[in-house]
Amino acid sequence: MKLTDLTTRAGEWLRGIGPMSEIVISSRVRLARNVSGYHFLSKCTRHQRTTLEHKIRDAILGASISPKTLYVDLQDAPEVDRQLLVERHLISKPHAQSEGARGVAISESESVSIMVNEEDHLRLQVLRSGSQLEEAWEEINEIDNKLESTLDFAFHPRFGYLTACPTNVGTGIRVSVMLHLPALKLTGEIEKVFRAAKDMRLAVRGLYGEGTEALGDFYQVSNQTTLGKSEEEIISDFKGVVIPKIIEYEHHARRTLLNDRTAALDDKVFRALGILRCARLMASEETLYLLSHLRLGVNMGRVKDIDIRTVNELFLMTQPAHLQKLIGKKIDGDVRRAARAEFIRHRLNAA
Amino acid sequence: MERPGSAWLNFMNRKCDNCKSQATVHLTEIKAGKKVEKHLCQQCAEQQEGIPAGTAHTPINELLTNFVLAHSQGAKELTTNAVCEHCGMAWPDFKQGGLLGCEHDYALFEKDLTPLLQRAHDGATHHLGKVPVRRGGSGVPMKRQADLARLRKELQKAIEGEDYERAAKLRDQIKTAES
Repeated sequence: MKLTDLTTRAGEWLRGIGPMSEIVISSRVRLARNVSGYHFLSKCTRHQRTTLEHKIRDAILGASISPKTLYVDLQDAPEVDRQLLVERHLISKPHAQSEGARGVAISESESVSIMVNEEDHLRLQVLRSGSQLEEAWEEINEIDNKLESTLDFAFHPRFGYLTACPTNVGTGIRVSVMLHLPALKLTGEIEKVFRAAKDMRLAVRGLYGEGTEALGDFYQVSNQTTLGKSEEEIISDFKGVVIPKIIEYEHHARRTLLNDRTAALDDKVFRALGILRCARLMASEETLYLLSHLRLGVNMGRVKDIDIRTVNELFLMTQPAHLQKLIGKKIDGDVRRAARAEFIRHRLNAA
Repeated sequence: MERPGSAWLNFMNRKCDNCKSQATVHLTEIKAGKKVEKHLCQQCAEQQEGIPAGTAHTPINELLTNFVLAHSQGAKELTTNAVCEHCGMAWPDFKQGGLLGCEHDYALFEKDLTPLLQRAHDGATHHLGKVPVRRGGSGVPMKRQADLARLRKELQKAIEGEDYERAAKLRDQIKTAES
């Protein structure tokens, strides 16, 4: 498997077919682990960092975590490739931009990725389409067990799994769901969700995690406490309390729009579709904004001739690195915006 | 292997370093970057460390209070000046960077980290999740671990509510479940 294979299709998690996928785009479980006997990365010398990377890479490739596993050496990878992996949520922005020996292992379906030498020695993640947190936890737990048979993870009876940042210590687990909440944004009730999330000690972030903006009405909601609760408890709180509550808010807002503001709703949706089908220059932020409204229209049955998979795919493929990979060269400015507009027109008018 | 959350139960069963009677005062001092643990009975603690003696049957919460006080007195100065012998991390560096330097820092800076952890983790101070097989996690299925987690929580509640009879029962249940 090569990195270029990734650009030709959407990752499994973006198929848009998982449970409750009209609102829950994806479910993610991440585990932070460090190898005992080695300093955390901020105190590693260049040599130690390289030794660690080799040791962990060999352990991952030896553990047969998936039928085919791709390992990308990020130190040598070109910028566009690193950006591509960020756009597919396979690595974090800091991992793409940092320096020194580091990499990522990716399963063929892209549902599993393991960052090596990010903030911690290992950051394992399982990403699934729709609401599938329990399944994601089961899969990641199994991978963690496999890796544990060759790697001795730093662990303390009181503190649990030891992480570079004490905010991740204990289970080292970060459970998150990517939610599409356009109706709550349109009805101006999105603040209610933020407040409720804060009360439940959850973080709400943008499309690409920490420090990113909530573009296209996508919100990533995740747990903040990792100590003092078991992994199952954290997951069941999420699945049983958090997700249903936010989904209910969004459904309510969608019903309100449909019943009381039908014309305004349709105007938003079809105005977005009109622009997407006709525009000649499209900036990435505007694309996200318009696709969000189109996605709402498709999911609510207002737009009938476009498949949700087409919309999901457009979200992914219109991002800068994906466009450049598709075209096969570095483009920017109006050339990139023109290429984006053309790609969207082609996909939506062919539908 | 000690399981998470059971640290204080073990403390309660420790013998005094001095006279071998039940140790009720537990101190951790950092001397020249090395962690030195002391476990003393009330009498020896009073003589050696100047910690006031309690009654013969000290309630659990008072034991805990003594434990916390014994830790916070004096120890704070010492850990703040400590430098990790493994990675060279000092507390002021951590305060500035927010990241620890190696796995040993957690034990070295335990006193200073505890209030930070409580703030970050909704008051929690002990791990209740998965334990790696090679760290004694084998043979403890996740289900039983969850039961233990529940028991420990109930124990914490019982202590907070000063229901010592129930606390003692729960403590025994935890002991049985862990053995």
